[in-house]
Amino acid sequence: MSGDRTTRSWASFPPHVISEIHRAADQGLYYIRGSGAWRAVPSFDDLVFLGASVSRYPLEGYRERCDTDVTIGARYASKPVELKIPITIAGMSFGALSANAKRALGLGASAMGTSTTTGDGGMTMEEREASQTLVYQVLPSRYGMDPDHLRIADAIEVVVGQGAKPGGGGMLLGQKVTERVAEMRTLPSGIDQRSACRHPDWTGPDDLTIKIQELREVTNWEKPVYVKVGATRTQYDVALAVKAGADAVVVDGMQGGTAATQEVFIEDVGIPTLPAVRLAVDALKELGVHREVQLIVSGGIRTGADVAKALALGADAVSIGMAALMALNCNAPLYLEDYEALGTHPGACNLCQTGRCPVGVTTQDPVLEARLDPEEGGRRVRNYLSTLTMECQTLARACGKSHVHNLEPEDLAALTVEAAAMARVPLAGTDWIPGRA
Amino acid sequence: MTVETIDLDAAGVRALNRRLQGRDGPVAGGHFIVTNAKGRHALAVGLTEAMDVRIRGHVGYYCAGMNREADVTVEGNAGTGVAENLMSGTVRVTGDTSQSAGASGRGGLLVIEGSASARCGITMKGIDIVVGGSIGHMSAFMAQAGRLVVCGDAGAYLGDSIYEAEIFVRGRVESLGADCVEKDMGERAADGLQTLLERAGVAADAREFRRYGSARQLYNFRVDNAAAY
Repeated sequence: MSGDRTTRSWASFPPHVISEIHRAADQGLYYIRGSGAWRAVPSFDDLVFLGASVSRYPLEGYRERCDTDVTIGARYASKPVELKIPITIAGMSFGALSANAKRALGLGASAMGTSTTTGDGGMTMEEREASQTLVYQVLPSRYGMDPDHLRIADAIEVVVGQGAKPGGGGMLLGQKVTERVAEMRTLPSGIDQRSACRHPDWTGPDDLTIKIQELREVTNWEKPVYVKVGATRTQYDVALAVKAGADAVVVDGMQGGTAATQEVFIEDVGIPTLPAVRLAVDALKELGVHREVQLIVSGGIRTGADVAKALALGADAVSIGMAALMALNCNAPLYLEDYEALGTHPGACNLCQTGRCPVGVTTQDPVLEARLDPEEGGRRVRNYLSTLTMECQTLARACGKSHVHNLEPEDLAALTVEAAAMARVPLAGTDWIPGRA
Repeated sequence: MTVETIDLDAAGVRALNRRLQGRDGPVAGGHFIVTNAKGRHALAVGLTEAMDVRIRGHVGYYCAGMNREADVTVEGNAGTGVAENLMSGTVRVTGDTSQSAGASGRGGLLVIEGSASARCGITMKGIDIVVGGSIGHMSAFMAQAGRLVVCGDAGAYLGDSIYEAEIFVRGRVESLGADCVEKDMGERAADGLQTLLERAGVAADAREFRRYGSARQLYNFRVDNAAAY
């Protein structure tokens, strides 16, 4: 018994909490890191598909078509975005990512007929060149904001927030603010850059309506305008984005990643992607614009199953960030000594903020960046996107669907009470949806 | 000189911007008068060529936003975000402006002959802003580059978290924001300011102004600055 008492783990103070208290006592500042929430939250893993059998019949896996195309932005834009797959690459900045990583994402996305997205800091010409379809973000910081870039983009994304830090602005620590990054952002090089959390010239949905009008006027009403929100009060936020005139709404759950943010934001603000999808769809349906205003869901999408489940719950497309970086070898067991020097190991690295990325993805160091060949990276991203698409199609065919958008909540069951309540699908083996009479 | 008049009651905002953006014919060097503005939003935005545009009456949000090259005059007051993200050219407002005038502007000159509300020059990135009257609180918040010149008074928290922009105020400053300090005017800054005042058509002596800028103490995270975060 005495052994148990002296070695028993402490529920309130597990090792990582004790370690953080020690770090805080040493440094006196919040901990800043990259990636998304690491805590376990209800997720798409808690849902399963009800494949066809006697009551439904499936489609042949290799013979019968299961389409994956999606059109985004036909509500008001005269040139909506046409994608071959419902999986897009999320906004990530040049600065947070290396130029090679941005180029690789563009090449991979283009090879699969989908879009990639700029980020805080503006558009690089390498990125524009590598990306067949490029979404240009308009962010609170307005770093590098250029109307010429609005005009050469294929769509515009007004970023209100992101899942890793709803209500917070971005960060880019000094080691990554190189001369090129600083020049693009009109900042002194080497500073710890803090992005604003609110747009400088609008607050609230009525202002946003006018802001969107301005963006459309500048671009001749050609480009789809997305509004991106971090998942919190999702039903209200989506409704207000629709009211403000968005062509599409991007909802980013708390598992969504970041290059650098206070850990307390990453782990303790926002709701998981799973309930966010359902809340967003509820809002779109309530307004009668589901499928007219496209819903793009992001935050913790890793597999074709995640894609299929998001679509089944009513999303039109998904967006991936962290997973796409992993396709570029983020956290791969390469250059082990460099992981060790950072005090981490492959599979546990979240030190994007240091700029010392061992695999050349989240760095501005030319030596490290050279480890990522953009052509090879593009091939890996293409392969990964192709795998996700095939997995999604496999599940859709198993449910008898000739288009991945024909997946529906009725095709799903939940494995936990929490997931059943959040996704509003029945607990497996029952017809019970918590919260419904 | 041929002057083309566009009546917004008849043409509407869409047609105005299409015309001024050169989508319906050449505009370079042109002279345009816009009538019946009536507080409409997003007027004369996204222009890319040198031209002279005079808007008669008050305008709503984002007038002359994201312009290059063009000279736009508003004969009246302007709503939120006038000349936001201006790249080059000139915007002149003969009256007062609402908040966020010249927000994130990257170049060019914004002249406000009256006063400006809160957050004038917020996140400015190279634009020069000259205000004949006073400005509201939180002006030049996170201002990165360019010059904000105020002939009257400045509201509270001026230049909070400022980077490399310069602020010149002739009147009283209610309070300075985090990391914003008064600096020596110096001959070079005074000469530059005098030239800017003349460009703006403001009769004022640069030596009557005080200069403010960044103390550069918040550029990197340090525990000693925790109270400012």
